[in-house]
Amino acid sequence: MAGARPWRAVQNFFEQVGEVGLLAVVSFGNLFKRPWEKGSFILQLEEVGVRTVPVVTLTAAFGGLVFGLQTYSGFHRYIGPGTEAYGGSIVSIGLVRELIPIWVAVMVSGRVASAMTAEIGTMRITEQVEALFSLGADPNKYLVVPRLAACLIMLPCLTLYGDLVGVFCGWLYNVLMGVSGFAYIQSAMIYMEIWDVAVGLIKALIFGAVIAVVACWNGLKAEGGAKGVGRATTKTVVISAVSILILNFFLSKALPATLLQK
Amino acid sequence: MIRITDLHKAFGDNAVLRGVDLEVRRGETMVVIGQSGSGKSVLIRHIIGLMKPDRGMVAVNGTDITRLKGPALQAVTRKIGMLFQGAALFDSMNVFQNVSFGLERQTDFSSRKIRDRVKESLHLVGLRDVEHLMPHELSGGMKKRVGLARAIAYRPEILLYDEPSTGIDPIRADAINSLINDLKAELKVTSVVITHDMASCNRVADRIAMLFGGRIIQVGTPREIQRSPDPVVQQFIRGEAEGPITEW
Repeated sequence: MAGARPWRAVQNFFEQVGEVGLLAVVSFGNLFKRPWEKGSFILQLEEVGVRTVPVVTLTAAFGGLVFGLQTYSGFHRYIGPGTEAYGGSIVSIGLVRELIPIWVAVMVSGRVASAMTAEIGTMRITEQVEALFSLGADPNKYLVVPRLAACLIMLPCLTLYGDLVGVFCGWLYNVLMGVSGFAYIQSAMIYMEIWDVAVGLIKALIFGAVIAVVACWNGLKAEGGAKGVGRATTKTVVISAVSILILNFFLSKALPATLLQK
Repeated sequence: MIRITDLHKAFGDNAVLRGVDLEVRRGETMVVIGQSGSGKSVLIRHIIGLMKPDRGMVAVNGTDITRLKGPALQAVTRKIGMLFQGAALFDSMNVFQNVSFGLERQTDFSSRKIRDRVKESLHLVGLRDVEHLMPHELSGGMKKRVGLARAIAYRPEILLYDEPSTGIDPIRADAINSLINDLKAELKVTSVVITHDMASCNRVADRIAMLFGGRIIQVGTPREIQRSPDPVVQQFIRGEAEGPITEW
């Protein structure tokens, strides 16, 4: 019997991965099926997008500032005074390809995904999900699809916005330290491609899907009263944040560094 | 109207329903009694298609709903309304939005007709001028009434009540029992009521079915159940601590 417990844990893990995968397949299928829950979708657009703008602004701004600070002091100290403008390319590519998509996704999972799980979880334990079904609404279409669609649209939008804020703040720090703003931008433009921005947006799209599906799945599986909803909420934040970091590595590896032919 | 045949349902190793057979006739109020955890709520969830059995059949108007899913299932369950134990009102919506929710999805009514129907349904359950209130502003009894108004808004042929008198005081519970009788007379609905409250049971039942050990052990009129020689039924209706149910 001693060997049964680890085996059971492995079995549970694969069962859960299968359930999340199935929910993703059904929800993506339902994305294109009428009737659409427009009211719920617009509410989610506001929740995921508009209400997350302040936290994304702060994160991207201070991330851009600290990244600008580090490249400035790095170039100044190790390469020599006058070379700081070369940091423009490092800051810009590093932010748009890697850091902003991760920061935005982690912020959304902390602020929005946890709320999605808590809301759906509470609906589940108070029989509201069953009530939806009994009143002719498909719980997947009503609860999951609007959240998935909102995340798929808003994560890339927030990432693009974060890119602008982060890159601007990196530039601003260097300009305030006496670096030529023009030289800084020129350095960024020489090395950065549109593709770098596109990579960040592709990542944001995938992170958006992961966040929405994980959040909704945890909410729909919540049981055991308020404690169970609390547990499900924590699980959502942990699973989505860890998945984002793991996925980011594989996406960075899989997506080509450049589309320009050498 | 509703025919349940050899219904089995287990959750892991816990076999909750072990071959339930039950027939509910058109227009009657069937009350299913049984102790807490005996599987009454599981049984009622099979009637509306919220659960799939491991084995057996649930026929509504001759259609086996256990084999249906998606729009085909909803076409049958559209004829069924359900009052949930805690009313299950949508927290984020006011009373009007709650009651109109099913109408907007199950009918092609104009917004004016929906407004009239919501008002009429609330009136039927004895509520007025509450459309703008949010669920957290309602008392337990009012929540049940709004839940009932929502269930009857699209005029279903069958009404399912899951523990309608649980969680409210005896006076409000009796008012809910009167409502169940009034709605039956007014709307000519077939009702299935799940309860362990014998006072409520005797007020509303045309027939009573006792669920015990995962099976229906007796079906009869309130008078027949009162006179049942079965010691399990007798222990339950008398509410005695000692007896075969406790020993089971």
